[in-house]
Amino acid sequence: MAKRQKRFEVLAERAVNEDGFIKEWIDVGLVAMDSPNDPSASIKIENGKVAEMDGKRREDFDMIDTWIADHTIDTAVAEEAMALDSLKIARMLVDINVPRAEIVRLSVGMTPAKYVDVLKKMNVVELMMAMQKLRPRRTPSNQAHVTNVKDTPALLAADAAEGAYRGFSEIETTVGVVRYAPMNALSLLVGGQVGRPGVLAQCAVEEALELTMGMRGLTHYAETVSVYGTEQVFVDGDDTPWSKAFLASAYASRGLKMRFTSGTGSEVQMGYAEGKSMLYLEIRCVMITKGAGVQGLQNGSISVVGVPGAVPSGVRAMLAENVATVLNDMEVASGNDQTFTHSPIRNTARMLMQFLPGTDFIFSGYSAVPNYDNMFAGSTHDVDDYDDMLVLQRDLQVDMSLRPVREDDVIAVRNKAARALQAVFNELRLPPITDEEVDAATYAHGTKDMGDRNIAEDLRAIDEFMQRGTTGLDVVRALAKHGFNDVAESVLNMLKGKVSGDYLHTSAIFDENFNVVAAINDLNDYEGPGTGYRLEGERWELLKDIRAAIDPEDV
Amino acid sequence: MNISEDMVKEIILEVFQQMQGADAPAANQVAQAAPLQFREIGEAKPGTDRNEVVIGLPPAFGTAMTQTIIHIPHRDVLKEVMAGIEEEGLKARLVRVNRTADVGFIAHEAAKLSGSGIGIGTISRGTTVIHQRDLQPLQNLELFSQSPLVERETFRAIGRNAAQYAKGEHPNPVPVRNDPMARPKYQGLAALLHNKETQYVKPDMASTEMTVQL
Repeated sequence: MAKRQKRFEVLAERAVNEDGFIKEWIDVGLVAMDSPNDPSASIKIENGKVAEMDGKRREDFDMIDTWIADHTIDTAVAEEAMALDSLKIARMLVDINVPRAEIVRLSVGMTPAKYVDVLKKMNVVELMMAMQKLRPRRTPSNQAHVTNVKDTPALLAADAAEGAYRGFSEIETTVGVVRYAPMNALSLLVGGQVGRPGVLAQCAVEEALELTMGMRGLTHYAETVSVYGTEQVFVDGDDTPWSKAFLASAYASRGLKMRFTSGTGSEVQMGYAEGKSMLYLEIRCVMITKGAGVQGLQNGSISVVGVPGAVPSGVRAMLAENVATVLNDMEVASGNDQTFTHSPIRNTARMLMQFLPGTDFIFSGYSAVPNYDNMFAGSTHDVDDYDDMLVLQRDLQVDMSLRPVREDDVIAVRNKAARALQAVFNELRLPPITDEEVDAATYAHGTKDMGDRNIAEDLRAIDEFMQRGTTGLDVVRALAKHGFNDVAESVLNMLKGKVSGDYLHTSAIFDENFNVVAAINDLNDYEGPGTGYRLEGERWELLKDIRAAIDPEDV
Repeated sequence: MNISEDMVKEIILEVFQQMQGADAPAANQVAQAAPLQFREIGEAKPGTDRNEVVIGLPPAFGTAMTQTIIHIPHRDVLKEVMAGIEEEGLKARLVRVNRTADVGFIAHEAAKLSGSGIGIGTISRGTTVIHQRDLQPLQNLELFSQSPLVERETFRAIGRNAAQYAKGEHPNPVPVRNDPMARPKYQGLAALLHNKETQYVKPDMASTEMTVQL
């Protein structure tokens, strides 16, 4: 064009136009919810076994079909559920007169194609309604990312403490340099309990190491156990549904909470989607998880969000996959954990899909560090957005599980966490955390305010720390010896939690007194207005009271 | 799945046209780097030379695809990695891993074939892993997961560090970088590129020993 129209020039500069968008490409599966290659729903039961599923005979099943047919689908209700019209099921999901219990009784009889058929009949408001009704835990909650680009431990501890203090009930770390993993886990273990007793911590790394750290008592749960919707992608990851189920039972055997992870777009991202829609393949992941007996799933595209985010109806598909998870009566950690857009408008709109209805973990997780330090490559929202989130809760009277905090209180918990970790390092013969590091971590925005550590020395010490067989109990001892008795007791109580195993129940978290809050004792009972979780009473008084609000008395 | 190369090119072009960021390349810059001259020697065998680092490449590297996601020609990628290894006084050996396009497994295969036990895996868009023979496939010594952040200097530093591991030293890891906006900008494109890469995988074929003229 010789001459640009000025409004178009302005529009071209807008953040949203930096995003990558892709037109649908059906043949490779670059399509969100509806591919002509998706199978049609069907089932045939013979002698109590699934003989045909979604138009495929048993002898033609791939390993994922076999797994779902044998371990997920409840043949006792399959014929009843599959005989129901998909539109009728979709309407049941939004009908306040059909209780959750009736829906989850039937949903275990549905095939993957049936799920897709039901979910694609629903718009986003209906999907949110279904989420509000079907999430297992009555009280919504939230998870945070705690990482930094230097893997610097004092800052990790301080950020873990602040995140826990602000209200996240799970905190998750990962690494810049993979061999830092045990030290990062240790930093969250100590910092988290300083911020709020009972917070659960994990360290997402390679599966064998992740399990080892859990068994040693350096973490409380695991989440990064990935499953995929096509056989080839599973094989590329050197895995099968059976190996993943085995890993899940290894966690359960030690009383460790765990959930799987999957998400729309991963199969096409890895080049083997077989032309199927992202949602269809993701439903297969949800059903693999259910069949493995795992209590929950992190989905909502997760680290592949740029892929469904780039195609039409992709953000709706992410909500639909979250709904598929709770429809299978499993805990959902519902994404919103990875940057997917340059546009603040798009970013918030995507998050409202989970925030408004409430999920077990609305973010999985929210960046409790600045995004430049987020080693999950950035979350949708970070520490700089805290006040916006507090205002959104107050504007809409909806709970995101964050509470208003005072600056001096945050300084105090950050400082205590860094000092407690300093004591533990001293006792466990890890390279010292200096007083300067404690001070910097207390007041830091992020790693730009932290000095460098001697990485080679840290890594050598971490290898020795692991070789010595250090456990969570050594951490308890170190804290107690240096006068951090309250923190020692919290770390110990978390270890006791693994022995009792109560937090293996669906959607379990701990409150500050180490009581388990799960779908057993806090089951979602939403059946329309006047029921379910309501932000009211003492909790609403707390969340209303933001710093910026002017008191009429003071004017 | 039948996708012609033209179709892939067409879609990549379309994505580029839609990316209007300041550093987005003009559409005509796509696929300009020349293919590399590889010479295939035969099936790759485990090496015995403790002074070697093996570089593992996926099937499309330098042939069907010729540059990384940020347009570093594959010729320069190999030059930098090899120069890094040679700076430390070690030798680079090249293998084509035919059976997978997964960077972790390519790097692990390279490490298993390497006389020193250290291997590097680089896939066409630039994602890279430094691996060691006796680690689990999905572990690594160093991982460079964000392909848009892997630059020429990074490739040289990767070669240098891999060689230092091979000598039994404990190098400081190549500084980790992070760009929260790499995903919104590049992930769709990365998916397209990876779908192209996997078209060339030969699941039943052993790895191939190669040399290259740079």
